[in-house]
Amino acid sequence: MPSKTLRRAGVTLALAMLPMGLSAENLRFAAQGDLVSMDPYVVEEVFTSGFLGNVYEGLVRRGPDLEILPALAESWEILAPTHWRFHLREGVTFHDGSPFTAADVVFSAERVRAGDSDFKNRIAADTEVVAVDDYTVDFITSAPNPILHYTWANWYIMSKSWAEANGVGNPEKGGEEASYATLHENGTGPFKLETREPGVKTTLSANDDWWGKGSVPGNVTHVEYTPVPNAATRVAALLSNQLDVVFPIPVQDIARIDATPGARIEAGPEVRTMYLTMNQWRDTLPGSAVEGDNPLKDRRVREAVYRAIDLDTIHAKILRGRATPSALMVAPGVNGHSEEFQRYAYDPEKSRALLAEAGYPDGFSMTFQCSNNMYVNDEAICLAVANMLAKVGIDAQANVQAKAQYLEALLAPNMDFGLAMLGTTPASLDSHIALYSLHMCPRLSEDQPVWAPEAMGKIVAGKSNFAGYCNPEVDALADQILVETDIEKRNALINEAWTITTEDVAYIPLHQSWGAWGVRDGISLEVRSDNIFDWRYVTVGE
Amino acid sequence: MIRFLFQRLFQAATVLLVVALLAFVMFRFAGDPVAQLVSQDTSFEDRAAIREAMGLNDPLPVQFAGFVGRVLQGDFGLSYQMGQPVGALLADRLPASIELSLVAFLLALLIGIPMGVYSGLKPDSALARLFLIVSLAGVSLPTFFIGIMLILAFGVELGLLPTFGRGETVDLGWWSTGLLTKTGWQSIILPACTLGLFQMTFIMRLVRAEMLEVLRADYIKFARARGIPPRRIHFGHALKNTLVPVLTIAGLQLGSIIAFGIVTESVFQWPGIGLLFLQAISTVDIPIMSTYLLLVAVIFVSISLIVDLLYVLVDPRLRVSAKT
Repeated sequence: MPSKTLRRAGVTLALAMLPMGLSAENLRFAAQGDLVSMDPYVVEEVFTSGFLGNVYEGLVRRGPDLEILPALAESWEILAPTHWRFHLREGVTFHDGSPFTAADVVFSAERVRAGDSDFKNRIAADTEVVAVDDYTVDFITSAPNPILHYTWANWYIMSKSWAEANGVGNPEKGGEEASYATLHENGTGPFKLETREPGVKTTLSANDDWWGKGSVPGNVTHVEYTPVPNAATRVAALLSNQLDVVFPIPVQDIARIDATPGARIEAGPEVRTMYLTMNQWRDTLPGSAVEGDNPLKDRRVREAVYRAIDLDTIHAKILRGRATPSALMVAPGVNGHSEEFQRYAYDPEKSRALLAEAGYPDGFSMTFQCSNNMYVNDEAICLAVANMLAKVGIDAQANVQAKAQYLEALLAPNMDFGLAMLGTTPASLDSHIALYSLHMCPRLSEDQPVWAPEAMGKIVAGKSNFAGYCNPEVDALADQILVETDIEKRNALINEAWTITTEDVAYIPLHQSWGAWGVRDGISLEVRSDNIFDWRYVTVGE
Repeated sequence: MIRFLFQRLFQAATVLLVVALLAFVMFRFAGDPVAQLVSQDTSFEDRAAIREAMGLNDPLPVQFAGFVGRVLQGDFGLSYQMGQPVGALLADRLPASIELSLVAFLLALLIGIPMGVYSGLKPDSALARLFLIVSLAGVSLPTFFIGIMLILAFGVELGLLPTFGRGETVDLGWWSTGLLTKTGWQSIILPACTLGLFQMTFIMRLVRAEMLEVLRADYIKFARARGIPPRRIHFGHALKNTLVPVLTIAGLQLGSIIAFGIVTESVFQWPGIGLLFLQAISTVDIPIMSTYLLLVAVIFVSISLIVDLLYVLVDPRLRVSAKT
């Protein structure tokens, strides 16, 4: 068979027929969903705000190793624990040519706290933002906050005059009229929006007037983004050289891509921690046959669940080694993470003994809510965990659903789960927010039951603590951490808090899975552990 | 005739209303749209405010009446997820779906009919048997499998054809077409083959069966006895008579190609209405889902309305009963 000749002929033909994608500095990439809006305050979602980080800029930004770097602010200083001063970069212009000044920062600070903004927690409602002069802005907070700017890498600065001229003073969603900012942008960043067809294609070109030109290695001049939800289609397009960068790559396709000449895999642990949450607030455990009994309120039972899970097998069989086991609810790279913590070892014998000791020698039953399209191989991991629990006598009834239905069952106000799997990334890349939203008691006062329905709208701490974990010591520590400005003291407090929650088995941290990017040869990029694709670091070569 | 027309139009309106109601009730179980619009840390107060602004707190009949009322004025609402008017989104995507469907349909007709005629005329030949085997594969293999195999063969291995998207498009004002550019034609080949394969085998089998039937009819035997050349018998008499039922069925199938090309559109990332619908389901974008279902119902209702009217024109007996 002259198959080789045929194939060569095919390749030649392909070269002749396909538009040469790898022409100089063109970047064609695909991910599984489209960005929701060009308005940077409408939804806090990793892909959308990461994408917009190439168009808009914040006062600070995160570098390839997630370190905080100056962006629109050249420097900052702490005048007093509640008084921060930011010195803005001079000579910066928005994409419409208007100059960037302190008035835009003050306006953005208002807008990010207004309307349907999803980023209201970036700046506390009672923080005063004052323009001292055109290039100096002061932030005056009601209480000391040592990590004020940690979450600002995706608080992007918008132009006051542009927003007012186009009637987009407030972020809007679910309204009656389409907002101008949904399809248009006016940032200061290295890329300008060229065309946008939601769900189909978005193209951008390099901003020749960008202030940071030459300060970063990237050389991309044109970007073409296509959302491709179907994983097989995405991989095929990479293999056939129709795309340069594709994310995410399903675990089973990694070997295939690595073996293909012309394409490779770039992988690394993500900063998102996968964990199991155990319902400790309901008096009757959902899915349990016994009315008025919740075994998971007992610490020994929680440890039994923990010890029944053979994480190594899950990693070897389901994730093919591409995961980092985690003993903590925060990943390496998050401030406060420490290697000194150890996972409770896999030990089914001990697990059974703990169950017997707690009064459940025959185990118990509960519901186990699982998603099938949110995380790397989430469904397979869930089913494996359910099987492992069955071996120690715990009947976890796995209920696998797609994201929409899964979240509805899991999140408030329903919170209908015995066990569930979720992932968490602290937005500030600091331990405090993980303690604050996942570990603090979700209630208003001491004498109230955790997650009282009437209090749900007013709960300030423990907003994502659907498990209802509650330990006053942790609450006290979290409050101290919030205002402690001495970094060493603060880190010691964080360590103390993690020691308590680990001892309490508040959650079962599992691992950080590895994100896998498919990349054509000739393209170099930085794989960031928070899955944000920063085109400032993309170079296109031969 | 006019009364008949009004009767049918009234029925069509009823069907559409029922579809709208079913769609509306069904989507209550698709998940919580608000959860898709906010992050995990969004406070409950903010969630409640968004829910209120979206009108999700109103009782179902009020929501439904509001929806129907706006639709009658031509307003399909804003997409929850994309914040764009749904009517415009669908209008942007419809040309892609219609072009793909028409190309697939023409492929099916132009290849399916000759194959059917051949295997009807020479049912015992080797080629006819091969056609039958191919058609069996076309009927039985699932669309996504055929699509992925075509991608692997012509895209990944041979590198001949693009495997996703529509290529370059030309905007004609109200219609964006991919049929005027080279990349557009290259891009449409694989999805059109995938989508058209089932129709092609379907038409081939139908033509074959009809041909076999007609060739046994008395008038063909008489024609042969009169010494008319076989060519004229086969194509002038036999084929003409087989085509009436074939075109009726194929015409009805066109509706389902347009409406249910979802799988093909997903595999090839073809930016049509099916892909939009699929994305909407995963994000519980109820305005898009409802409008899409309405559109599909409109397509089917209008096609069957046209077919009914054609019958009346063609068949004198129906015309009489319609008058009375």
